[in-house]
Amino acid sequence: MTAIHPPAQKVWWKQPVDRIELVWIGIALVWCLIMFFFMPFWHVYGEQNYSGEAYRVPPERFTEKVNEFVEQYTVRHETDRQIPVVRPPAGSDIYLLGRLWDWYPILELEKGETYRLHVSSTDWQHGLSIQPININFQVLPGYEMVLNITPTEAGEYAVVCNEYCGILHHAMLSKLYVVDNSN
Amino acid sequence: MNPQFRTCPDTGLVFHRPAENLIKANAIAATIFLAVGGFLGLLVALTRWPAIQILNAQDFYTVLTGHGIVLLLVWILFFEVALLYFCSSVLLRCRLATPRMGWLAFGLMLIGAATTAVAILQGRSSVMMTSYVPMPAEPHFYLGLILFAVGALIAVLIFFGTLVVARDERTYEGSIPLVTFGALTAAIIAVFTIACGAIILIPTFLWSIGYISDIDPLMYRLVWWGLGHSSQQINVAAHVAVWYAIAAIVFGAKPMSEKVSRGAFFLYILFISIASAHHLLGDPGLSTEWKIFNTSYAMYLAVLASLVHGLTVPGSIEVAQREKGHSKGLFEWLRKAPWGNPVFSGMFLSLVGFGFIGGISGVVMGAEQINFLIHNTIYVPGHFHGTVALGTTLAFMALSLWLVPVLFRRELVWPKLAQWQPWLFGIGTALQAFFMMGAGTLGVSRRHWDMAFTGSAFEWAYPGMAYTMMALNGVSAIMAVAGGVIFVLVIVGTIFLGRKMDVASEYSDAKPEILRGPAESLTGHGHAGLGVKGFPAPGTFVLAMFLLLIFVVYYFINYGYLASVWKFS
Ligand code: HEM
Ligand SMILES: [Cu+2]
Ligand SMILES: [Cu+2]
Repeated sequence: MTAIHPPAQKVWWKQPVDRIELVWIGIALVWCLIMFFFMPFWHVYGEQNYSGEAYRVPPERFTEKVNEFVEQYTVRHETDRQIPVVRPPAGSDIYLLGRLWDWYPILELEKGETYRLHVSSTDWQHGLSIQPININFQVLPGYEMVLNITPTEAGEYAVVCNEYCGILHHAMLSKLYVVDNSN
Repeated sequence: MNPQFRTCPDTGLVFHRPAENLIKANAIAATIFLAVGGFLGLLVALTRWPAIQILNAQDFYTVLTGHGIVLLLVWILFFEVALLYFCSSVLLRCRLATPRMGWLAFGLMLIGAATTAVAILQGRSSVMMTSYVPMPAEPHFYLGLILFAVGALIAVLIFFGTLVVARDERTYEGSIPLVTFGALTAAIIAVFTIACGAIILIPTFLWSIGYISDIDPLMYRLVWWGLGHSSQQINVAAHVAVWYAIAAIVFGAKPMSEKVSRGAFFLYILFISIASAHHLLGDPGLSTEWKIFNTSYAMYLAVLASLVHGLTVPGSIEVAQREKGHSKGLFEWLRKAPWGNPVFSGMFLSLVGFGFIGGISGVVMGAEQINFLIHNTIYVPGHFHGTVALGTTLAFMALSLWLVPVLFRRELVWPKLAQWQPWLFGIGTALQAFFMMGAGTLGVSRRHWDMAFTGSAFEWAYPGMAYTMMALNGVSAIMAVAGGVIFVLVIVGTIFLGRKMDVASEYSDAKPEILRGPAESLTGHGHAGLGVKGFPAPGTFVLAMFLLLIFVVYYFINYGYLASVWKFS
């Protein structure tokens, strides 16, 4: 009886299973278990993880924190729009705000130093995408995400928005600088 | 009362007239929406081809919203409703429960789809199919979706009702067929899915008209993906059922083991990720433990289920072919398969494409940390065109090429052209998926009008390779759309111009003969003497191991690349 007919045996669940199927289920199950264990494994031994640290934050409060941060550490301005470039001390708390349609401010970090990056949005959802290394996070209004990041390579990076956020979504682009102070 | 049942002289299937009419109506609506959505898809792909960029930004976002909703939701669901009626009423030789409600469901779905389509076309609801809050759409955008979902729910209930009627009126003996079991799986998941849809879309609708002040964006994503993700599990269950059906229709293939195949369907029900965690891996506000557990339930048993079907569907074909004497070497059964029959070639390309492209990429990017490399890049649409366009849509197309002539009693028109259909659509879509995944690996965003960032205060250039891939995606899209156009032409042509079949199939009042159950008194599994060393389907086993090898290598390549980027914790 084919798959569009009732099974050939009334008690089909008692029909013995071919060895080929059993072997395959065994192999596939082992692989599924490996994939599961690899995620916690990477939390212990890998260096690219997100701890899940996040706080609820009203948009106004987050804006205040960003403004304070910008006032304190701005070193210069860029483009016609005078966007501040902020150079915070190594190891400090740093802030990045996604809003329609830019990332604010521009960060200038030191290679090999670790920062506590706080990210949030004050309007709609955005996507934090750092290029060309291509790491990507969801940015939600009302949630302050905290990531401990350590840039390992000096250079000029792009901060792209990759969650659709309205008509100028494709223009929501900013920079991030990583400088090498060791030499 | 009108005569109600007819028996198809070619297939032996029994059609209940109201069910037949509803199947026709839903399948035709599905095909129309497929044509519309495919056209929108072409515009999207040609806009994302940087040298062409056919639409302006505003139109692009509107058209992309339309493309997602019309295809993922409307085309697929109309077809699935037709499939549910087929798998219950036709396969069980049973009258359809409450046909009037079937027309109500159909009407609601049509009105709902039209309402949302109008909202999108008006241009102020370009919020993408996900409609993430707090970006607002017009109220009727959500209202249309709600009506559509109510219609779909009624159709699902009719399916359950028909199963009950069939059992009460003893229209079949033994257990329901495997394909109906697969449809039942899809229907059960559909109830959960539609419940999630109601829980999130009704408050969002109330929010859009001002009755609710605020919807939490994380809560929205969590529940919305309860809808968005489980609906993909419906699609998988449905297209796997279609694979089994086509294997039965074309080859007379028997399931290798009812127990294994049914068990695998059952795993889909048990292990649909309740909260669809793999869509939220890059989100703030959820704990790591929650993400890891819910993305995998500790052992990825839904993935296991798909791997099992990936073996048992081609395995059953291999066994059937070997029994017919195509048993030389590992692959004679495959070489001698009817590749010129679009019903088979469509089904097989769907199976292979779903496994190798959609399946592998989906599980890999569902690994918690790998997701950081892929989230919201155009890799994601690359992946799901591998599942939902290449897997589900192509499987449904293949079934239609068989079902439409049977339903309308007309021969398929332009059979030579129809032969090309699965190859153009299948290979075109596979290439599209491949190029989008490639461009996404290089960082290109999804849902993005201009990868050159026109209008921004800054400049940034993706590698030249990324531009090339997006252009090649456009070329592949043209190929896939050609396959889609042929499909629509052949279906519409068959309905209107197909030569009427000679043997009439009249309706009669007689109650159809009972669908015979256990006919064979098999004791063993009946595969003795086939294949090699107790493996009745050795060729399939080799193919499955090949898939697993690619899967494993690709998984660790991604973790390897991840290890080279910035450190974060
Ligand atoms: C040959 C036909 C098709 C073409 C040319 C096509 C093209 C595309 C392209 C290029 C994108 C990515 C746009 C972007 O993110 O910027 C896209 C997105 C999408 N496609 Fe298709 N596609 C086709 C068929 C399908 C089918 C059959 C389905 C579903 C059954 C489908 C469902 C979707 C969905 C859900 C999206 C995501 C929309 C969003 O991001 O909100 N497509 N399509
Ligand atoms: Cu944005
Ligand atoms: Cu954006």
